[in-house]
Amino acid sequence: MSSYTLPKSRSPLYYILLALGALVVSIGLYAMQQMEHHGHIITGMNNQIVWGMPHVFAIFLIVAASGVLNIAAIGSVFGQTVYKPRAPLAGMLSIAMLAGGLFVLMLDLGRPDRIIVAATNFNPTSVFAWNLPLYSGLFTLVALYMWTLLEKRMNCWIKPVGLVVFTWRILLTTGTGLIFAFLVARQAYGSALLPPMFIVMSFGWGMAVFFLVQAAIYKWNDMDEDSVILNRMKNLLGIFVLASLFLVAIYHLTNLYFAKQTEFEHFILRDGGIYPVLFWGGYVMLGSLLPLLLIFHSSLGKIKCVVAASMLVILGSFALLYVFILGGQSFPLSIFPGFEVSSSFGDGAITHYHSSVWEVMLGMGGLGVAFIITVIGIRVLDFVPHDLPNK
Amino acid sequence: MKRLVLLLLCLCVPELWAAESSLPKIDIGKGGECVKDTQWMRKNHMHLLKHQRDETLRKGIRDDQISLKNCIECHASVKDDSVIARNDSFCVACHKYEAVKLDCFECHSGKRKSAWLQQRNEK
Amino acid sequence: MSDMNMDRRNFLKTSVGAAAVAIAPGMLLFQVAHGSTAAASSKVRWGMLIDTALCKPGCNDCVTACNKENGLSGGTAATDSQWIRKIEIKDINSGRPVSLPMMCQHCENPPCVDVCPTNASFKRADGIVLVDKHRCIGCRYCMMACPYKARSFVHEPLSDQHPDVPRGKGTVESCTLCVHRIDQGGKPACAEACTNHVILFGDLNDPSSEIAQKVHSVSSTQLRADLKLNTGVRYQGL
Repeated sequence: MSSYTLPKSRSPLYYILLALGALVVSIGLYAMQQMEHHGHIITGMNNQIVWGMPHVFAIFLIVAASGVLNIAAIGSVFGQTVYKPRAPLAGMLSIAMLAGGLFVLMLDLGRPDRIIVAATNFNPTSVFAWNLPLYSGLFTLVALYMWTLLEKRMNCWIKPVGLVVFTWRILLTTGTGLIFAFLVARQAYGSALLPPMFIVMSFGWGMAVFFLVQAAIYKWNDMDEDSVILNRMKNLLGIFVLASLFLVAIYHLTNLYFAKQTEFEHFILRDGGIYPVLFWGGYVMLGSLLPLLLIFHSSLGKIKCVVAASMLVILGSFALLYVFILGGQSFPLSIFPGFEVSSSFGDGAITHYHSSVWEVMLGMGGLGVAFIITVIGIRVLDFVPHDLPNK
Repeated sequence: MKRLVLLLLCLCVPELWAAESSLPKIDIGKGGECVKDTQWMRKNHMHLLKHQRDETLRKGIRDDQISLKNCIECHASVKDDSVIARNDSFCVACHKYEAVKLDCFECHSGKRKSAWLQQRNEK
Repeated sequence: MSDMNMDRRNFLKTSVGAAAVAIAPGMLLFQVAHGSTAAASSKVRWGMLIDTALCKPGCNDCVTACNKENGLSGGTAATDSQWIRKIEIKDINSGRPVSLPMMCQHCENPPCVDVCPTNASFKRADGIVLVDKHRCIGCRYCMMACPYKARSFVHEPLSDQHPDVPRGKGTVESCTLCVHRIDQGGKPACAEACTNHVILFGDLNDPSSEIAQKVHSVSSTQLRADLKLNTGVRYQGL
């Protein structure tokens, strides 16, 4: 058995993948250079829609990055043997995706040259400021955790470090949810349900990404998935998809119940053009129900179905984030309840958002960064899950 | 070892080349010393600006003598009323020579206020 | 060059410079700005009272004045900065129309200040909420947090800014209550320009000020008072 995840026999593939990843990253960097030089006027963002496509990509990457650590935690912290050999790969994917997400977020800033200012001026009431120690802390802790996993002499430390990593990642995803939960201004946000919702979604998204990468690794090593392990993992993915569907339903149900929120909910669920289409078609049907069918139906559930389900879950996550982030901003602020409002600044009107190519390029650049780190990681270290033989 | 010495010597060449080039020619506008002497200002104006901007903006302390606007009022060129318009303008000349990027004028006007107002009223 | 020679050179330079400074004002028309060296005080709370009954639909005097005072383009594209805007509202049930100007409400508990990661968005001691462009990284979180859509983002490179009002690409900005005027004892450009006497500006903490007396005697509300932000701008006739 090769001691590298990407065997030497696959060397040409490694260089091709690396070149592809580098190309995507350079496209992202070019987009950032254009945005920095010309200003955000070249994007689709404006004074009503202040966060656009880059944030959809970034939040997916950050939430999935913390979610993939769940797989490691189930093994290291909760003692499930099947997951233990999968922990190193999960850790590496977490670092890769977090780096990708940060790449997008930091380069979308209006003044990305002022990152040092952000690091040295700290507002304790701002979630964005909390994110600085949270994200850098996660990098450090996961690196430490991977050391305990890969270095045999450090194996005794796996459980305590794993516990710290698990706690930290829960805090991080809570922070991501709180970014929106703390916003009382817009009707889409300001809900205490958002942090738990993001945490549950992270479980599913992280698992989906893990499945895809694991399937690729098995293929490159001409190995077969053990059907028992596959069964357990796919069922877990199904449970996470169900749980997040449940929380999203609760979020919308409570909103619908409040009279002051009803108009907003009708916009998202029925009248808002692209938003209901993406929500029902993208997230509910393609991103939740179809994967559930692929996972749980008795005649399905093989590896191809699980890979397809994972891809659909990721697609659904992008759809949901688009509806959540962009839809939430498209709907006007309620400054004068009980009045019809109009002005030169878009008050009272739905703002239509059209993503520019630059924003998609920047988002793809983030995916590229995560991809490159993963490719290099699996070339350099042994991430193949070495399962113990079934008794 | 020889290679290291040779490398270090080679690195001196650009320094010698730069040392021979002439010092920046600065258009000091109206000129004068109202805050501190020239040498002190050359060494410390950035620290003064960085401290004073917080005093003015965050606390509302507007000292005439250390107001950026007033610096510009005197030091802007008498030809084009600007501290940044040309290569020998007051701020640009030295900053270009030292290769230190000027961030101030991304937001601040480099134009003498009296001239700016006059120009706007003429429009 | 010996130290003595350097001192002599410096002395000559200084005296010539001092002479030039003394003579120059007579030769050239320079206007040095004057400000107060006293810090803003929390004893003062600047605010505005807006009488919507006097505000005429179609009149944009306050907006025009603000644009001129602050060097804004006056454009109304979705990416253009608008520090003040006229809003036309109509009661859904009765159809009663109201016209009013809307700007940063200068809250006592500003959500924009809470969420800003770098403390760029801050509240001055006298209640004015400002953006410190030296620290703003352009993350736009404050724009997400503001319930009044008061903030604008500068989407393109700017040139020829007003010397009193620094503005730059990639930072967020909003109504400063004309802080550069207030610090010289003046009042905001919108309040001064309004010919219908809609906008009354003053110190809410000074019981003898016109605004404090009026707020004490007539009914006025804060927009989205349910959010308990305690805005410095109040509206009459809503």
